[in-house]
Amino acid sequence: MSADASGNGRAQLVEAEHLKLYFPIKKGVLIDRTIGHVHAVDDVSLSLTEGETLGIVGESGSGKTTLARCIVRLLEPTDGTLRFRGQDITHLGRRALEPMRQEAQIVFQDPVSSLNPRKRVGQIVGIPMRLHGIDKDKIGPRVRELLDRVGLNPEHVNRFPHEFSGGQRQRIGVARALAVDPRLIVLDEPVSALDVSIQAQVINLLDDLQDDFGLSYVFIAHDLSVVRHVSDRIGVMYLGKLVELSPAQELYVKPIHPYTEALLAAIPVPDPTENRARERIVLSGEPPNPIDPPSGCRFHTRCPRATEICSQVEPPLAEYANGHAAACHHPQHVSEQEIAAATYSSLSPRSAGRLMPSGEEAPLDGGGAKTAGADSGAAAAEAEHARPEQAG
Amino acid sequence: MAERLLDVTELEVSFQTEDGLVRAVDDVSFTLDRGEVLAIVGESGSGKSVTVMTLMGLTRSPNSRFGGSAKLSDTELTTASEQELQRIRGKEIAMIFQDPISSLSPVHRIGDQIVEQIRAHEKISKPAALDRAVELMERVGIPRARDRVRAYPHEFSGGMRQRAMIAMALSLSPSVLIADEPTTALDVTIQAQILEEVKQLRGGDSGVLFVTHDLGVVADIADRVIVMYGGRVVEQGTLDEIFYDPQHPYTWGLLGSITRMDRDPPKRLPAIPGVPPSLVNPPEGCHFRPRCPHAFERCGEVPPLQGRIPEAPEHLDRCWLDLSEKREKREVNGRIGLVRDTVVA
Repeated sequence: MSADASGNGRAQLVEAEHLKLYFPIKKGVLIDRTIGHVHAVDDVSLSLTEGETLGIVGESGSGKTTLARCIVRLLEPTDGTLRFRGQDITHLGRRALEPMRQEAQIVFQDPVSSLNPRKRVGQIVGIPMRLHGIDKDKIGPRVRELLDRVGLNPEHVNRFPHEFSGGQRQRIGVARALAVDPRLIVLDEPVSALDVSIQAQVINLLDDLQDDFGLSYVFIAHDLSVVRHVSDRIGVMYLGKLVELSPAQELYVKPIHPYTEALLAAIPVPDPTENRARERIVLSGEPPNPIDPPSGCRFHTRCPRATEICSQVEPPLAEYANGHAAACHHPQHVSEQEIAAATYSSLSPRSAGRLMPSGEEAPLDGGGAKTAGADSGAAAAEAEHARPEQAG
Repeated sequence: MAERLLDVTELEVSFQTEDGLVRAVDDVSFTLDRGEVLAIVGESGSGKSVTVMTLMGLTRSPNSRFGGSAKLSDTELTTASEQELQRIRGKEIAMIFQDPISSLSPVHRIGDQIVEQIRAHEKISKPAALDRAVELMERVGIPRARDRVRAYPHEFSGGMRQRAMIAMALSLSPSVLIADEPTTALDVTIQAQILEEVKQLRGGDSGVLFVTHDLGVVADIADRVIVMYGGRVVEQGTLDEIFYDPQHPYTWGLLGSITRMDRDPPKRLPAIPGVPPSLVNPPEGCHFRPRCPHAFERCGEVPPLQGRIPEAPEHLDRCWLDLSEKREKREVNGRIGLVRDTVVA
């Protein structure tokens, strides 16, 4: 939301390296046999700095919600490393996670099922504070303060969730997340269940809260126009992979990955004249099955630009100017020079080839090859380096 | 002029509930012509779904009351007998629902469900009906339709199920096709595919009534638009009239609060303040009055839905403000909106 949020000098809040989450598929009556895995998140690396908003977009099944739940450690990654404020939290147990839980909160998509219907609003918002050992006498006044802050009437502490409208319920969810003074809030499609006029209210609220408390957001959505409004950087996911990572505004004028372009083209513009003038790329087919994803580039089965190489070699994330990275053998909206200047990003998946869009092999000593075995300090420096340096 | 298919005049639907009488649809009038796509836009609780479900005879219950009229050629839909409705449904007027998984039977094959509908209305052999089902499924873009008529709904993806629903709805070439938020549950790339299918119907033999809350979708497919709020039509006009010369403050608010993907975002989203009205105890006069920054005394009286622009008599709205005032007030920071951004950039 603030332009300089991803600028230098701010501490890394979340660092994910080669994060994988596979869900096993079990079959059998007495003995469960694992017959396959759903590749929900497959080797995704990214970082988030303090005060920044990272938007994650993708269709259903792209793994964006799984990634969000990994980040707050509601799920344990299958592989890779996840650090929160420099501390490795990839495989920490429940007790060891407690301090981190206070700092990283989540707001869920469905405000109906994420609030206990039998508890009063005061209890719902107060529970996180009780769990984190905050003085009982302080909880009551703090709950009222929070309700007031998110635009609800503090007199309503004794009401039940069903007495509120959808937008108000989502505000309760936000108040609950704020209760323990978190640094990071993961917002999993926080407005998709709401009406347009109410969406704008909730987004404005989130915007204000970020400014007031210096929060960092991971904003998950399938709606690219909402994400544009809130994000500093946006990551695009397809079938478990991060296919493009870009400064927010640039993604819309210069989508490098064909999937991003198709996704943008698929959204109808609320303007009849422009809609008529616009050339629509309608993607054929549907996302493939994440149990048995396609070889090479996962998008090649639907991609209008796919060639032979796409089905054979997984493209690495190539880093262009402004910290704009995309994993594609046939990048668009970039000039020959930009392609030649692109470097191998350390965020690239391990399974990716080293063939750059320029047709050259990336040298083995550069970029991400080191992160695999390097100590965390070096890796952090790499990640630091990989972050976009925006003009502001 | 194109042939008139549907004529709805002063339709009223109310439900008796424990909390009191809910006036879900209150004085709604519109027409639908052959070959056009008419979009009904509104938020949840605006009465858009109840309106179209009433046309299908799906809101009948001991607790519901109807007023006004809804005529499909010569049939009065609000009072037609069950037998008559059964004859019309599917054949004259068909509906695509928002959620295809709960509108298809999970225990019957897709093909059989389409065949059943065809054979309920036409004397035709099973194999012939099945051929027709295959043809329809191919037409709406289901690949390998010959094999997939034997599939069950759970074997289809969301987009494919919705295509199957469209195939079923089109199976008897109904003159009126109602689509109630048919793409809301789908991903954008799949939504684009389905909208292409709907666009194919434009200019054809059917008239399409398309219910949605997404103004982007409206801009993509509609010929004419109805904006509903609190059970009433607040504005009605052609697509361009609604988007470029909106007359009702609620329409301004809707247009203002959408996030545009193709423009630089404003610092702050202009939201419509407040919440939609309760239909049990609605505000007196104009339903939008409590949320409208431009409301004045006269708004305590319900404004009639009428043409207020001399050059465009078909462009109707329900707002007391006069024309020049509207054109001045809807201009907010160089775009159409209801309220000024509260934070200075």
